[in-house]
Amino acid sequence: MTVKKAFAFAGRKVLKFFLLIAAVEVITFALMEASPIDPVTAYVGASTSIGAEQRELIAEKWGLNKPPFERFGSWFRNILHGDWGDSMIYRRPVMQVIGQKFASSLLLMAAAWILSGLLGFFLGVIAGMRENSLADRLISAWCHVLISTPSFWLGIFLIIVFSVRLHLLPAGLSVPIGVLQEDVSFADRLTHLILPVLTLTLSGIAGICLHTREKTIGILQSDYVLYAMARGESRKSILHNHVYRNVLLPAVTLQFLSFSELFGGAVFVEQVFSYPGLGYTTVQAGLRGDMPLLMGITVISAVFVFAGNLTADLLYLLIDPRIREGGQRG
Amino acid sequence: MNEMPVFQVRDFGVSFSQYENGVTRRELHVITNLDIELYEGKILAVVGSSGSGKSLLAHAILGILPDNAVVYGRMEYRGSRIGAEQIRALRGRKIGLIPQSVNYLDPLEKVGHQIERSVRGGKKKEKKKKVLEMMERYGLEAGVYDYYPHQLSGGMARKVLLSIALLSDCDILIADEPTPGLDEGSLREVLKDFRQAADEGKALLMITHDIQAACAVADRIAVFYAGSTLETADVSDFGGDGSLLRHPYSRALLRAMPDREFIPAAGNQPLPGNLPEGCLYYDRCPERRVNCKALRPGSRALRGGRVRCDYAT
Repeated sequence: MTVKKAFAFAGRKVLKFFLLIAAVEVITFALMEASPIDPVTAYVGASTSIGAEQRELIAEKWGLNKPPFERFGSWFRNILHGDWGDSMIYRRPVMQVIGQKFASSLLLMAAAWILSGLLGFFLGVIAGMRENSLADRLISAWCHVLISTPSFWLGIFLIIVFSVRLHLLPAGLSVPIGVLQEDVSFADRLTHLILPVLTLTLSGIAGICLHTREKTIGILQSDYVLYAMARGESRKSILHNHVYRNVLLPAVTLQFLSFSELFGGAVFVEQVFSYPGLGYTTVQAGLRGDMPLLMGITVISAVFVFAGNLTADLLYLLIDPRIREGGQRG
Repeated sequence: MNEMPVFQVRDFGVSFSQYENGVTRRELHVITNLDIELYEGKILAVVGSSGSGKSLLAHAILGILPDNAVVYGRMEYRGSRIGAEQIRALRGRKIGLIPQSVNYLDPLEKVGHQIERSVRGGKKKEKKKKVLEMMERYGLEAGVYDYYPHQLSGGMARKVLLSIALLSDCDILIADEPTPGLDEGSLREVLKDFRQAADEGKALLMITHDIQAACAVADRIAVFYAGSTLETADVSDFGGDGSLLRHPYSRALLRAMPDREFIPAAGNQPLPGNLPEGCLYYDRCPERRVNCKALRPGSRALRGGRVRCDYAT
């Protein structure tokens, strides 16, 4: 790839990125404006002891009495200066809240991302290598069941089995109740992670598995595998020399493209398990009208998904020789 | 020819089971009566027009057809009869395929590494040395080792595919449609390379639609029609006006050549699902007799060649 092309590529991506963020923020703001939730009521609760005057004061402190355009404008100006504002419900700077929540979500999402990727990939290769065998039928059927299973339902199901019936794992939260922060052990955190990670992993497997299966079947029908057979290569050697090589790149790419589903899945899973991560916080911010926090989260999650898509693009660009090396040389 | 053929195929056939409208099963006879004899140092060209079933020929011999294909007939390698099991052991080791195009190379693996897989045993360094030697012999510069298949030109691709076959120590090479898409110069070089391989003792089978290329390089030519070899003859019989040829179809084929009379024969080949009961060429034969409609003629020796026509002289 020439330098000029690289710059053009980067320029397009940067432009796309800013358009995406601007669009996401405008839509988020508009939706929040249109929502019937009154942030002040959500904040003070149903209590009647707070009079209309005091409500006015809170609204004024939060700047809620200004017209929407002005509010969006000032939020946008502030963010350009690196000021993300303060969360209404946590009463701390938005970035601080997001940083803390994102850290605990990251562990959950990373574990599920890696596990679903590995499991889905290998199950897909097994199914594809033995198309129509019993193993293939079982794997494919299982994937179709998983695809049609909502992740929150799967989470509840796992809680019923492993927490309620078997008493093996905690039903929610990220640490045990009634234990001081400094007394929480690593093992405690780990046992609290198992069910959420399992739920998120299971809901992520099907896509990558079915995709890898299709690719594997296609590769096995390709001319180059036919030729490999004519050259006396065994099935094992075909698997190692051709199938892995050709199926890996699309699979990894798909996994990076699935960042949006991963994030969306985390919102449901954290809600079901009351796991205090970014997904859980997103729901809280939405339900309680915490505009600065929600706007901040949408920016961060848009960056996150964008980074996944960009990585997928770059992987093809850097790894696939057909794109990397350009046209014919000979 | 009195010496023993290295490889021989007799009354070889391939049929596919196909479901029509999803219910009735029917057999498609893609190859019906194939006879081939390959000798050390000789090139046999199987010449057939499109639709004759030649695209499946190489794959059928190597046993790499899809699962719904049924293969029958007799195959011999160096005098002993072989079946599917032995073919599996021979392919890539004794019988090598030279495929049609660059599509048969793994798009994501370096060309050099793909050639290298033909070299059995030895250290990595020695293997690479052998590959580079072979590449040099065929005029491929050393840099091509690091190319990916999409970077090869048509001519380079043929040389790479030939190198793979030659490095594998196979004594039988099957070249599947080696000529399309080549310019005049590359074509001459490919044919020269084939001749050279034969002169070194390889037995070559060249499957082609290009009768001119076949005449230019082959020792013997088998005329392939509707899945059968109708005639096998020395290349010299294809010279002149073709009066030395035995089968009416061979003569028609020769007449249709641009540098001969350029007169196409009327009609089409019968389709695999709809083969006539008698002679496959009955419909189009200018010399047909009453018997030809009901009885399919067997293969018989005639003037140093073989022909599937009871009335050929």
